[in-house]
Amino acid sequence: MSSDNRQSYLQVRNLTKKFGKFTALEDISLDIIENEFVCFLGPSGCGKTTLLRAIAGLDIQTYGSISQGGRDISLLPPSERDFGIVFQSYALFPNLTVTRNVAVGLENQSILASKIQQRVDELLKLVDLTDQKDKYPAQLSGGQQQRVALARAMATSPGLLLLDEPLSALDAKVRSHLRHEIKELQRKFAVTTIMVTHDQEEALTMADRIVVMDNGIIEQVGTPEEIYSSPKTKFVADFVGTMNFLPATVLSKNTAQVGEVVFNCNTEDFTIGSSVTIAIRPEDIDARNVNNTESNIIQIEVHHIEFLGSFCRAKLGHNDLKDLTLRADFSISITRRLSIKVGSRLKVCLPSNFLRIY
Amino acid sequence: MTNNIKNNPILKQKSSKDDLTMRVCMGIIGLFLAIAIILPLYTMFSKSLENKEGNFIGINNYIDYFSTPALFQSAYNSILISVIGTIIVLLFAFIYAYALTRTKMPFKWFFKIIAIIPLLTPSMLSGISLVYWFGNQGIAKSFLMGESIFGPIGIVMGSVYWVFPHALMIIITALSITDARLYEAATALRTSKIKTFFMVTIPNCKFGLISAGFVVFTLIFTDFGVPKVIGGSYNVLATDIYKQVIGQQNFQMGAVVAVVLLTPAIIAFSVDRFVQRKQVALLSASAVPYQPKKNKSLDLTMLIFCSFVAFLIICMIGMAQYAAIIKFWPYNLSFTLENFNFDLIEGGGWGSYFNSIKLSVYSALVGSILIFFGAYLVEKGRGFNFGRNTFHGVAMIPLAVPGMALGLAYIFFFNNPNNPLSFLYGTMGILVISTITHFYTVSHLTATTALKQMDKEFESVSASLKTPFFRSFKKITVPICMPAILDISVYLFLNAMTTVSAVIFLYSADTRLASIAVLNMDDQGELAMAAAMAMMIAYTCGGVRILYAIGTNSILVKTQRWRFK
Repeated sequence: MSSDNRQSYLQVRNLTKKFGKFTALEDISLDIIENEFVCFLGPSGCGKTTLLRAIAGLDIQTYGSISQGGRDISLLPPSERDFGIVFQSYALFPNLTVTRNVAVGLENQSILASKIQQRVDELLKLVDLTDQKDKYPAQLSGGQQQRVALARAMATSPGLLLLDEPLSALDAKVRSHLRHEIKELQRKFAVTTIMVTHDQEEALTMADRIVVMDNGIIEQVGTPEEIYSSPKTKFVADFVGTMNFLPATVLSKNTAQVGEVVFNCNTEDFTIGSSVTIAIRPEDIDARNVNNTESNIIQIEVHHIEFLGSFCRAKLGHNDLKDLTLRADFSISITRRLSIKVGSRLKVCLPSNFLRIY
Repeated sequence: MTNNIKNNPILKQKSSKDDLTMRVCMGIIGLFLAIAIILPLYTMFSKSLENKEGNFIGINNYIDYFSTPALFQSAYNSILISVIGTIIVLLFAFIYAYALTRTKMPFKWFFKIIAIIPLLTPSMLSGISLVYWFGNQGIAKSFLMGESIFGPIGIVMGSVYWVFPHALMIIITALSITDARLYEAATALRTSKIKTFFMVTIPNCKFGLISAGFVVFTLIFTDFGVPKVIGGSYNVLATDIYKQVIGQQNFQMGAVVAVVLLTPAIIAFSVDRFVQRKQVALLSASAVPYQPKKNKSLDLTMLIFCSFVAFLIICMIGMAQYAAIIKFWPYNLSFTLENFNFDLIEGGGWGSYFNSIKLSVYSALVGSILIFFGAYLVEKGRGFNFGRNTFHGVAMIPLAVPGMALGLAYIFFFNNPNNPLSFLYGTMGILVISTITHFYTVSHLTATTALKQMDKEFESVSASLKTPFFRSFKKITVPICMPAILDISVYLFLNAMTTVSAVIFLYSADTRLASIAVLNMDDQGELAMAAAMAMMIAYTCGGVRILYAIGTNSILVKTQRWRFK
């Protein structure tokens, strides 16, 4: 899992966490590279926050080991580890000014007061809060509070930055703006970062690598592109982005049947006659070059169409597919050119290289 | 590298230096609690099973007790007056609370202030006042139609007065926790106002009523001050203990009575705990607070009722004040301050007043720091769940122990020459310890409630920033929880000034207190001076309460402006 040219900074090995009879994390093993931005992504209850808290030492694991920067930290209490953390609630100390909040970590290291002030000013400039330095948290907006929390966490230049759903408490517009800011700050600080989120859009836009989790296990680890275009399991395919799923039966080494239709696809890994699921992204369904002698062309009828601004999402049905429907995304230009509307009948292609089989 | 051996031992996290320090501190405070409450109670229990020579005789003392009609009669008397008193108080308190929370009655601020007055006075004050009103030379003696005020009537009247604010506060809280939408739904379904009252209002606050009922019952049942002054020959358990121990030096029988006294308190306490747990579920996250609407006839009726209650309260304390500043009732009604010459009388003196001040200040200062710090260690400590839960459990015990039982238990434990701590007996020290212990539970709960409201992740952040716990306690926890700490201090101060039931057994010639001086002077027939001393207590408590109100408004605003946007 570790890349050749960059060092693995954090190693998690066979980590299991049980709460009584309930297993929250099952045999998790993971490598995180130095300075990379990793997202733990998954639905509520998948264990992503539990894993983060185990790495921080706040809720120690039941079995397994963790190493950070070559040091075994598995049994250490949080105060003896090396990390900064930002919680969903920010947990800013309400009775301290912005400056005093950011300075807390530095004051504990017995540095000269003048040096502390210097460093705090530096940090506040980085997060663009110099004007707010004497305000109290109650007087700041949500986005500003979040930046204070980040500055405070980074003040002592920790080896690891942990973010527990930092954007969940903010409204949509502020969130998308802050995504960019956090990513920028992470680059400037050059710190290894782990962020927990249930929002796949956040993960796709911010992460260098994503760890997709479900029910206490890791489903897939990869770059956003890998996760999106080559999802390894049905869960990942469904959770990240939208996906069409068609139940099928394997006919031969490179064909499978859905209803009355036979598709060309790579079914090497499956035995003939077994039940599989064919999956394809809505944007990969092609309504253009259907006059070629390509395979996987079906005749469909448009049942429903939604206008989403830059594209249309159509619900397609087909006699041969019986009751199954497909969701397809067509650009506005295609929709206009082929006059696609409710009731239109046209041919679409499901290119075999975009089909995934589970 | 897959290693699926699950018979590996479960990992145990290393404790940080801070974790260990916190546990040691908790152990020290726990030791204090063990010495202050558990050991004395144990000693008392075992004494009740011994005879005068100190030999173990099983439950013979208890058999003796229950087969002696005179002794057993007191238990019956106690129950009777407590039940009657509880019913009366709940009725009055409920209507008063309803008026304050559910109507648009005017002058609510006035009625709220008047309702607190009984908290600022020792329980004996109502007894003294009643003597002046209804005693042999009482103004309103004829109202009693031949009955004597000395006895059950006086005890009930006096008890209802001083217990009233306790019931009121609990019921006000219960009435405030209601979802307005329940009433809107009832109106939409065209339910009559009376039916709504019985269908929505009463069930909603039933836990509060039950809680208040048990609290009030226990307070009346275990009170010593009122029956001592105005009980006459009507015996109750609290005065029995006093007679057995101080009068007849029969410590064993005193212990038996104390254990009997404990029983309803423990039952009431357990029921209340159980009820509290159910209360939490009533308010959902999306509930809307109730806003009372104007209703001229209801508001007017409530105004008349509350004015009547306020009138009664003012009469009670007013008579005591009057009695304190007139020469000789009822023959010489000229004003004088000679009743305040406490030093002329044996058993009191100004010294006792200043002792009370000392006791109250020490209890407030030491108590609030000790209790708050203990609560912090329990709430915010990491790991060692067994220790923290045990500590919390022990902290709940004092609430179930009536003052007289505590005082008696202290005699047994601390007055024993074999006890290395016996040097404390007869000193101010033991009075401070008993006061802090007696009022430990409510203070502890106030502290834990405030601590629970702080963001749970403060400690995690402080750990990641490597802040030692002393520093985060001093710089973050204490400033944020300052209102609660002040609350606890005032609570301890007021109770230390007015309490009598535990300290009656523990004071010495040097450490006489104001409340004890009141009893002594009453014993000697110096009723006017007793009233004067009771008023001194009232002035002090009132003054502190006013200071507190000013303090929380202006000082907090100045030094804690971070609370406000």
